[in-house]
Amino acid sequence: MAKKLNMRKRYELLTRGLGWEPTYQSKDKVFAQEAYEGIKITDWSKWEDPFRLTADAYWKYQAEKDKKLYAVMDSFAQNNAHLNLADASYVNALKLFIQGVSPLEYAAHRNFARLARQLSGEGAQIACQMQSIDELRHAQTQIHTISHYNKHFNGMHDPFHMFDRVWYLSVPKSYFDDASSAGPFEFITSVSFSFEYLLTNLLFVPFMSGAAYNGDMATVTFGFSAQSDESRHMTLGLEIIKFLLEQHEDNLPIVQGWIDKHFWRAYRLLGLVAMMQDYFLPESPMSWKEGWQIYFVENAGALFNDLGRYGLKMPKYHEIATAEADHISHQVFGIFYNYIHAAAFNLGLPSEAKMNWLSEKYPDTFDKYYRPRMEMWAEMAKEGKRFFNMGLPQLCQVCQIPMGFTEIAKGDPMQIAYRVSEYQGEKFHTCSDGCKTIFDYEPAKYVNAWLPVHQIFQGNCGGAAVPDVLNWYHFHPEDGGDYVGSADEARWKAMKGEAAAPEAAQPTQADAA
Amino acid sequence: MSLNISAKEIKPLRQNFGHIARRIGDNKPATRYQEAVYDVQPTTNFHYPPSWDPSRKIYDTARTAIVMQDWYSFTDPRQYYYTSYVAARAKQQEIMESNFELVEKHNLLQSLSAELADQIRQVLIPLRHYEYGANMNNQDICHRGYGTTITSVASYNGFDRIGMAQYVSRIALLLDGNEETSLNAAKVAWLEHPAWQGLRHAMEDSFVLDDWFEILMVQDVIMDGLLFPLIYERFISQVAAQGGSTFLMLTQFMNEWNEENTRWTNQLLKVTANESAENAALLAQWTQVWLARVDTALAPIAHLAFGDQGAEQLAAVKTELVARLAKQGVKV
Repeated sequence: MAKKLNMRKRYELLTRGLGWEPTYQSKDKVFAQEAYEGIKITDWSKWEDPFRLTADAYWKYQAEKDKKLYAVMDSFAQNNAHLNLADASYVNALKLFIQGVSPLEYAAHRNFARLARQLSGEGAQIACQMQSIDELRHAQTQIHTISHYNKHFNGMHDPFHMFDRVWYLSVPKSYFDDASSAGPFEFITSVSFSFEYLLTNLLFVPFMSGAAYNGDMATVTFGFSAQSDESRHMTLGLEIIKFLLEQHEDNLPIVQGWIDKHFWRAYRLLGLVAMMQDYFLPESPMSWKEGWQIYFVENAGALFNDLGRYGLKMPKYHEIATAEADHISHQVFGIFYNYIHAAAFNLGLPSEAKMNWLSEKYPDTFDKYYRPRMEMWAEMAKEGKRFFNMGLPQLCQVCQIPMGFTEIAKGDPMQIAYRVSEYQGEKFHTCSDGCKTIFDYEPAKYVNAWLPVHQIFQGNCGGAAVPDVLNWYHFHPEDGGDYVGSADEARWKAMKGEAAAPEAAQPTQADAA
Repeated sequence: MSLNISAKEIKPLRQNFGHIARRIGDNKPATRYQEAVYDVQPTTNFHYPPSWDPSRKIYDTARTAIVMQDWYSFTDPRQYYYTSYVAARAKQQEIMESNFELVEKHNLLQSLSAELADQIRQVLIPLRHYEYGANMNNQDICHRGYGTTITSVASYNGFDRIGMAQYVSRIALLLDGNEETSLNAAKVAWLEHPAWQGLRHAMEDSFVLDDWFEILMVQDVIMDGLLFPLIYERFISQVAAQGGSTFLMLTQFMNEWNEENTRWTNQLLKVTANESAENAALLAQWTQVWLARVDTALAPIAHLAFGDQGAEQLAAVKTELVARLAKQGVKV
């Protein structure tokens, strides 16, 4: 009679011990990336598998999930279910998603493969491998879902070409390139912990509940289908941190430094999501600030209480991020309102109802600082003087967002913040203490940043004039500008059998230029 | 939500994403495979030099000496994207699961002769380590390779290796009534038994190759191209003939897998060799070096498997491989 094996033992027998210590080549050469960051691993066998999924079980579960997902996708397309959306302006959230998020899923796929090759412990190796192939799934299911939207709306027609070139997409691209160019342990701390564990809900909930509130069942389905993978990824994120800290005390300051850095990098990137959440969605389930309060202040606070026993502290500058929660979405909106003629999505000033919602959600700041600005812009537009900023902005050397954030933590929310560092006789500008600290720690890395504005001035982006650059981006004239009066709005009204509204005659970029 | 069907404007603006349209036109819709793989990988304007390879970019065509005008010239003949891949494997695993269940339920290994069981332990079970190493190589190709049509295939390939390592491990557990004796012995054999050292040595040398296409050539074409037919076609057939037909069922996945692996590697070699005389020459040069090396390395394993017939069996699979490669334009 065969001995009974429990799940844990069975998984261990099927996976642990598959690897071996090389003898014909040195271990340092075979696992060349494991040591150069200064992380000390004394015993990989102490790794606790965050999930015990054999390859065959993985195939089975994932195939079942995808069968359902693609059935929804097919029926969505067949029934032209985009007609069920609350409003076509919602689709702008999807534009930002396919342009800026799906490419990150893909980058995660390639880089988790690196860890699956480079980590010498089988437990961690296989967990990374599963995440790698999951991330490919996410990139591909997103492409397939949004493919239908691309047929009916603008701005989604060339996302991967755009990702490599467009000024605001250098924000997500540089964010992920930062981790991709780092060593394996910094990469996994950045992506699995600082992003997936700490902040993923701040990305996921706005997009997916936004989709649910606005009638986009296809996106909701891929979102929830991906979420069952994400829960595995989150447990990997927590396990890697605990493992590194348990392995050697010297790892603590290194890991803390990475958490601090990548928290701030990810938080700055999420500024784009904050704008989407508060300004793109016709129906808003939750404000950025509410999300920050629940998913960061409460959840991450509790998590770091737990992690305190390892000596780990809340990420540096977290209190600044929390103070900024009252402002960030409005400030990023302001930046994009100025430059929407050079974007591949549409934006508009909030309606009166939306502004009242913002006043309610941001009682301390919206009426005081931001409503007057919106009203002034609306007034200008009414007079035929819609404000577009036709100059090129200065970008933060680290996060690459135009310098538009203010001195909130210093109690001066009307004062634009900027910081300056000097490196090899040159000046480099950053938007905040968080970004400056990151720059100053690794200046030799950040001077390499491919800053879109510098690149335009250097003539590397198709020409000197804005239309040349937009052409080089593969933008079509109808991709950007105000939502009111946009091609998408006109088409949506035609789809719904409505006549174009008279106020649709707002000036577009052509009038402004 | 109610719709005014009569009024709706649903004629699409376009059929395809721009990057797909540039490849196949906008007059016919892309397949899911095409959408999932074409041009998804970034190609330009990277921000920081990778700390793990500072002289190159994050994705860089210079990580191999193979030169392609268009790295998407190769497409997978199986047209695997994630979902079609897991769907195909889910079907196969279902069959494997019922195979294992049947063997377990009827205790089909009970009648196995001690000699045959011992041979399985010596020849088959150490291959779980081979698969693990093959996975490392394919994860490396997935990371450092160029173009999603190739790198995604390496990702699936690597995942399959874990699956096969686990199937082999389950065979060991079946043989031992869930004791780990054979697993432990196989690891010792892999690390110490002279018969396995040539293969392990070649594999460890492949781990440190800089050129990812060379790794692909060594691992997925030459090592697999000799080892899979040798073991899963010939050795298992011999085992079956000697009363171990159960193993045909327990290794069914590997046998089918080899046919698949051959399909995409053939296509990749054909496209790559056709691209230029330089590519063809380089593929031939790698083949020459590694075929000799792996052939020598497999000789003692062939002996373990076939005794005196080992050399003949190995020579036969080598002839098949050389003919197969020649058909794709790789001539040695």
